[in-house]
Amino acid sequence: MKLVLNIWRQKNQNSRGGMVRYELDGVNEHMSFLEMLDVLNEQLTEKGEDPVTFEHDCREGICGCCGFMINGVAHGPHRGTTVCQLHMRHFRDGEELWLEPWRAAAFPVLKDLLVDRAAFDRIIAAGGFISVNTGSAQDANTIAVQKHCAELAMDAAACIGCGACVAACPNASASLFVGAKISHLALLPQGQPERSRRALNMVAQMQQEVFGSCTNIGECEAVCPKGVKLENIARMNREYIKAAWAYREEAAAGGGG
Amino acid sequence: MSTMAVGGGLTRSASFYDSVIGKKAVMAITGFILFGFVLVHMAGNLQVFLPVHANGVHPLDEYGAKLRAMPPLLWGARIVLLVAVILHFVAAIQLSLLNKRQARPQRYVKLAPIVSTYASRTMIWGGLVIFFYVIYHLLHLTIGARFVNPTFEEGHVYQNLVSGLQNPVVAIFYMIANIVLAIHLYHGIWSMFQSLGIAHPRYTPILKRVSAVLAWVIGIGFCSVPLAVLTGFVKMTGGNL
Repeated sequence: MKLVLNIWRQKNQNSRGGMVRYELDGVNEHMSFLEMLDVLNEQLTEKGEDPVTFEHDCREGICGCCGFMINGVAHGPHRGTTVCQLHMRHFRDGEELWLEPWRAAAFPVLKDLLVDRAAFDRIIAAGGFISVNTGSAQDANTIAVQKHCAELAMDAAACIGCGACVAACPNASASLFVGAKISHLALLPQGQPERSRRALNMVAQMQQEVFGSCTNIGECEAVCPKGVKLENIARMNREYIKAAWAYREEAAAGGGG
Repeated sequence: MSTMAVGGGLTRSASFYDSVIGKKAVMAITGFILFGFVLVHMAGNLQVFLPVHANGVHPLDEYGAKLRAMPPLLWGARIVLLVAVILHFVAAIQLSLLNKRQARPQRYVKLAPIVSTYASRTMIWGGLVIFFYVIYHLLHLTIGARFVNPTFEEGHVYQNLVSGLQNPVVAIFYMIANIVLAIHLYHGIWSMFQSLGIAHPRYTPILKRVSAVLAWVIGIGFCSVPLAVLTGFVKMTGGNL
């Protein structure tokens, strides 16, 4: 099949960038979207042109590296998948496609379709962890977890941090990502000691990275390749509101006796 | 590590409001107050369809007189509403500037919404229309400013309403503004629960349906009055106080 590709080309973080039109012939419908771009890049390299830069790693839809906008939709037209697991059979022969990087102040474009998602790492570093002593792991069955809590935590933990939620949000809000990370740990007994501080710190970091606010629109949930639910944003709001009013710093005058 | 919300009541309120979630919570609570007012106001308005009392007084005038006879209640409610409007408005503008200016400085060449409703994407614009409409409406039928409503007579609620809305331009403007209000509430009613962290897979879909129904009720309820005046169904009677 034949495709017309309009791809965002940008030399580096400081250059302006713009759409460049390419015509690509000989696309196999069984190729993944990234394999199709590999073919384009091979042709560009042979012509001595700069190949299109895009992020990718596992190409199995589980690492969270890949992702860009296809015709204005994060990860393209097929629901519940990343671009590496999106196959060309979902497109028509001769179709014109528009590829753009995620756009958010917190996700600067480094080159072409590649953005810097270090803001997500900093949010995780602010509270997306639990503190345990290593080397002395107890038997897993000694900590009882309610079945539905385990399920909900697992659903939230499915988030791969690809950034599609931010990209699809009209406000460039990271609420679904942060909501998933806060929920995942708040639902489990291991996450309890840092529960309040986690909500406060992760939300504060989210804001420091200049992500927008949530307006409960739901575009994030629709494009999420892992089906992370909007409910997680409500849980983040709940956790944050509770923590903001009830949190106390550890009292220095504790213990004794 | 980033800053944390620790401190006394005032510092806590300030840092709570500093956060985007805090601002949304404020918008949810003030939105709830304003929504409650809108419901009561609509019920009050619909008295325009009641028949005139035997003594020649229209029930709407009687209702207005009753409200004015309780200044502490009337002014208490007005102050609460004014504070709610200010907080709702200021938080909306602050969040909107963050979302539209700062969070995504470079727009997409192409962006295709998949699931979001027209109502949810136009909250700020609908809100601004409602804001200016409310100012006009207060000048027109509450304060009765001469330059807006020259036929206004203090205390003659029914007469002011009918004469004010007999101007088709004014009546159509009222209807448009109330449709905008209904669209705003279509997303706003269920959205305030989500902003406060109240969501459940069993109840949220019901809540969305309830807010759609309430939005229709409010839209139809408010539009029915200017429409009735415009079509001559409600007209001047001897119903003066």
